[in-house]
Amino acid sequence: MSMALSSGRRRRRGFAKVPAVLLGIGLLIWTLLPVYNMVLIALSDDGDEFTGAIWPDDWNWHSFQVVWTEGYWYLEHFWHQLGNSLYMSVATMLLTVLIGSLASFALGRMRLRNGWVVTDFALLTYVLPTAFLAIPFVHLMHVYGLTDSLWAVIAAEVTFATPYAILILHQYGKLIPTELDESAKIDGATPLQVYLRIYLPLMAPALVAVGVYALLLAWNEYLYQYLLISSPRNTTVAVAIDQFFDSDEAPWNYMMSTALVYSLPPLAIYFGLRRYMVAGLTMGGVK
Amino acid sequence: MSGSQQALGFGQPVAVSQPPRPSWRVRLQGSDTTWAIAFVVPYVAIFAAFVIYPIIYGLWMGSNPALYPLLFSDRMYLTTLVNTLLFVAIGVNVQMFLAFLLSGFFMNRSWWVRSLLAIYLLPWVLPGLTVFLSIHYMLVTEWGLLDSLWRAVTGHDGPLFLVSQPLAMGANIVSYIWKWMPFWTLIFLAGRMAIPQDIYEAAEIDGATGFRRLVHVTFPLLANVYLICTLLSTVWTLGDFPTVYFVSSGAPARTTDVLATYGFHEAFDFGYPNLGVAAMMSALPILIPLVILLMRRIRLTGVQL
Repeated sequence: MSMALSSGRRRRRGFAKVPAVLLGIGLLIWTLLPVYNMVLIALSDDGDEFTGAIWPDDWNWHSFQVVWTEGYWYLEHFWHQLGNSLYMSVATMLLTVLIGSLASFALGRMRLRNGWVVTDFALLTYVLPTAFLAIPFVHLMHVYGLTDSLWAVIAAEVTFATPYAILILHQYGKLIPTELDESAKIDGATPLQVYLRIYLPLMAPALVAVGVYALLLAWNEYLYQYLLISSPRNTTVAVAIDQFFDSDEAPWNYMMSTALVYSLPPLAIYFGLRRYMVAGLTMGGVK
Repeated sequence: MSGSQQALGFGQPVAVSQPPRPSWRVRLQGSDTTWAIAFVVPYVAIFAAFVIYPIIYGLWMGSNPALYPLLFSDRMYLTTLVNTLLFVAIGVNVQMFLAFLLSGFFMNRSWWVRSLLAIYLLPWVLPGLTVFLSIHYMLVTEWGLLDSLWRAVTGHDGPLFLVSQPLAMGANIVSYIWKWMPFWTLIFLAGRMAIPQDIYEAAEIDGATGFRRLVHVTFPLLANVYLICTLLSTVWTLGDFPTVYFVSSGAPARTTDVLATYGFHEAFDFGYPNLGVAAMMSALPILIPLVILLMRRIRLTGVQL
């Protein structure tokens, strides 16, 4: 193990192994306990959630079958709602990347005069607690004619995802030499061409990071999805899961299997794109 | 914006007000200005339509002075205020302190610590809805997983978490820490990795090792990051909705609500949206100075998220 440590000083001192392993086991249990609980409940028999078992007696996959076949009242639109969740999240991702990269290009590369005002708008939105805007938002969507529409949710998620996109892209853009823009301009390229041909391709890693961020933000958010959509056909899986929570007799095992299925896409994205999500952090370095 | 805590994950400096060297030209001219304006218009439009407008409308909703005596005469509201204070003060500080210490543990790059880090970050990416519901069902009956484990170990029945106000509030705080501590650990980890190794070597020659190194070298170098993260987390925690909504769900008898859930219930369950807005606006005397401080700090220091 000590071979992996970089500094000679640490190699001499050694990694205090026993306490470290104990801490590691503690962290593992701490992190996985709620996840394990989801699996445990999802695998239990109907009405059998109250046995107090700490290990599933028989691996009963029935509740996943129910989700798959939409075999319960609250799940009758499950696949359609999953599609809605996906549609909403992907639209948020695309719009955030588009709007964020355009703004950061104008602010960072073209140096729009008084652009700092826009950057401050973004910063302000970034540090606001979003839940505090929820009540006016419901009224707002009536005014905009977006009641019971997925686009109301998309608008909300884009609003809350774009500031971070602008701030990060702006910063990342500083790593790209401006001479590239200059020479393209001398060759007669319009700003739009510079944006499309030079800026976007060179920004690709940052765009992936920002896109993943927006996707997960939209997928994982709950409050605005709940407030802005009302009909079962238009709603998302997150809201369907909450219906179980609000009801007194709804079976927990169905709810937890739905919750597990709903947690899979973020997990897949995390394990697939973790490098992008985490590497950016170490790349810039915190001063 | 608690939802966006995943954000900082990318972790580039954010600052902006001091321009670096001119990059497009010294000054934009003619059609270039038009292009640049066209590029920022979409974002400015979104900001105006979905941030400025709801803020102004919210201020208008909560502007009736008669709302506030009504609010303060509600004992539930006073309980909510105390809960919010505890939730923020304990949640943020414990989370930051532990995250700071754990980031030191994760500096070890052996294979098993790196794999553990990958798992440890899971709460950060999982939907709050699903994990908080899971925690809720660990606590809500005496047959939940926690009580079952307790019974397996001690042979006695465990506590009923959501029947006792302090236990339920504690569960909210612990769940919040569970969800967000990994994210801040990652931020501090990046901060620690950016500290040049020779600083530590110099410190070691001067005799600073172990605890003294932590206190006199690592912490001073990360103090600014620590401050900004704490402020940011304070603002986001102040407006946190899903934790309390799902974990304790206000139980027992709405004595564990925080401002965000209290306002939500007033507005959408009891049909008093103005009162709900007023409840959230009562956080403004704390929120506004915090936001100003935070924005100044981020701009001044060139930032470091």
